[in-house]
Amino acid sequence: MNDVTKTTGPANAGPDEAGPQGRDHALPISVRSLTKTYGAFHALNDVSIDIRNGEFMTLLGPSGSGKTTLLMVLAGFVRPDNGSVKFGEREILLLPPHKRDIGMVFQNYALFPHMTVADNLAYPLKLRRVGKAEIRERVERALDLVQLGGLGDRGIEALSGGQRQRVALARAVIFEPRILLMDEPLSALDKNLREQMQFEVRALHDRLGITTVYVTHDQREALTMSDRIAVINEGRIQQVDPPRKLYERPETFFVASFIGETYRLPVEVADGKASLFGQPVRTDSPLGSNAARQTLILRPEMLHIDEGAPEADENQMTGTLRQSVFQGDSIVSYITIHGDHEIAVRSQHRSDRSLPEPGSEVRLSWLVQDTVILPGDGRT
Amino acid sequence: MTAADHQPDAPMNERALDRQARAEQRNLMALSLPAFILVGSLVLLPMGWLFWMSIYGADGFTAENYTRLLHPSYKKTLITTFELAFLVTGLCILLGYPLAYLASQLKPRMASLVLLCVLFPFWTSLLVRTYAWLVLLQRRGLINNWLMEWGLIDTPLKLVHNFTGTTIGMVHIMLPFFVLPLYASMKTVDYDLMKAASNLGASPVRAFWQIYVPLTLSGLGAGVILVFVLSLGFYVTPALLGGGRVMMWAMQIERSMAVYADWGAASALGVVLLVMTLGILWAFARLTGAIGATEGK
Repeated sequence: MNDVTKTTGPANAGPDEAGPQGRDHALPISVRSLTKTYGAFHALNDVSIDIRNGEFMTLLGPSGSGKTTLLMVLAGFVRPDNGSVKFGEREILLLPPHKRDIGMVFQNYALFPHMTVADNLAYPLKLRRVGKAEIRERVERALDLVQLGGLGDRGIEALSGGQRQRVALARAVIFEPRILLMDEPLSALDKNLREQMQFEVRALHDRLGITTVYVTHDQREALTMSDRIAVINEGRIQQVDPPRKLYERPETFFVASFIGETYRLPVEVADGKASLFGQPVRTDSPLGSNAARQTLILRPEMLHIDEGAPEADENQMTGTLRQSVFQGDSIVSYITIHGDHEIAVRSQHRSDRSLPEPGSEVRLSWLVQDTVILPGDGRT
Repeated sequence: MTAADHQPDAPMNERALDRQARAEQRNLMALSLPAFILVGSLVLLPMGWLFWMSIYGADGFTAENYTRLLHPSYKKTLITTFELAFLVTGLCILLGYPLAYLASQLKPRMASLVLLCVLFPFWTSLLVRTYAWLVLLQRRGLINNWLMEWGLIDTPLKLVHNFTGTTIGMVHIMLPFFVLPLYASMKTVDYDLMKAASNLGASPVRAFWQIYVPLTLSGLGAGVILVFVLSLGFYVTPALLGGGRVMMWAMQIERSMAVYADWGAASALGVVLLVMTLGILWAFARLTGAIGATEGK
């Protein structure tokens, strides 16, 4: 990884040897019927989720959705009203936080300002009565692991945001916890550093093989880093799936609109067949519901403007071109479908092709396998 | 101006710019002149005079005023003074730290109520509070009466006109000086740090001693130094509640002037108190400086 903050010294002295941190000793997490209310507000509403051994699970949702509350219940800082949380076979809900033995990276890092970097890293080891020589060795190794070799004597104030992030990360894993919790750890960093740290955090996870629960409201971050994503809204888990499936096969309107850009068009369903303004729409899987009024979910990048008839594996609809905007590398076409639905389609600019005239009729095609139809009118 | 003066390559306005910079500095200095005059005439000058009086008597230069302080009675006063200052500071820590912690943990509305209770006596005249303690603590005072009515004691406790009464009154008067800076520093502690300590495996007691207390050390230090230094030179409360049995350094000064009209002796006592206080401040600054260094760097 290209790291400008990397210093000379033992930073490069291979953290290759797996050491005790590399061994496979992660724990699965099993959450059952977790409920937490604050007055009339349901922070967690009957939440159940299974997080696999060594998995990188992201809790994704808007602020106030309950994702942080769930993380805090796992860490032991929030006492739920009801439910069960197991790490492996062990019920941990009644354990105080300092006996749960899980690593955690806080949103604002929570590094102890009255200690040096090395003292911060040594703190959990001292609490576990690790010998002095071993502490020194493990601190050194942890610093190398996060590319901060040689900075052990620095004070926390003297570190940049990215360096603090790395120290917080190292401190959270130095005592070899079997579970790592992260609460929007990258939100305070600028965009470039954030993207770089996303890869570093993921690489660290892969190296340590530790079960990781990562909280974020940033969908791109979630898609980039996770094995699976749990989308949470209003205290309920909406869908738990790998990033790609979540994006391509959203199961609720919330998931569809929270991740990526979507258009919704009303479809009518009769005898298990859907039609959009009279034209048939095919799907590659049977509809989940027989309700007459359902909604077609389309993503702009799945659509393309077509000149001819649809291919065998495509659906097609017609609309009226309202306006085309030339943006250099691409052309954005604003197309009105059936009077009151407008869709913007981005297509690549090609010098051998002229822009269609505003007012002309265009055809939009998309793959049958990209077709997602959800029951309801999408207003819930 | 000659031709030699005006070389095209030379920085032409160097001297003029220099002059301007100096003038600006002069003007800024002039602004702080009133402060200098005030400090000089009201602090430094009298202190110099004080020192002068302590070493220059009717017969010229003399060390008599200082050699006299080696007398056992002065030594006893010095010990009493430090004893009381240490005791009052210690009791302030014991009473004030939990109080400040409570206030820092409460919701804003309740916290301001608690702080108001701390500040209320602070706004009352020192003399009034001291006399109030006299009323409460005396032989036939409220506290002794109650204790006897409830049958807890048979004879009145000696609560005032002694060291005990002085300590009670002083702690009451000093407590706000201790609580306020401590409260301010407690409010700045990031509570996530306590969560982090707990998450890393520290029991609540450990987290308190290893994380919370070190982080509030600056406020604790400020409170300690305020209380200790103020206690060293305290006069009114020990004079009234001590009933003449508790001899403080400040009371020796008063006696030298009012009873013996010996300004030289009084000055020497004052100089010694000043030097001791400065010495303590210096030692404390060194101590916290060392702590601050590990904190900052």
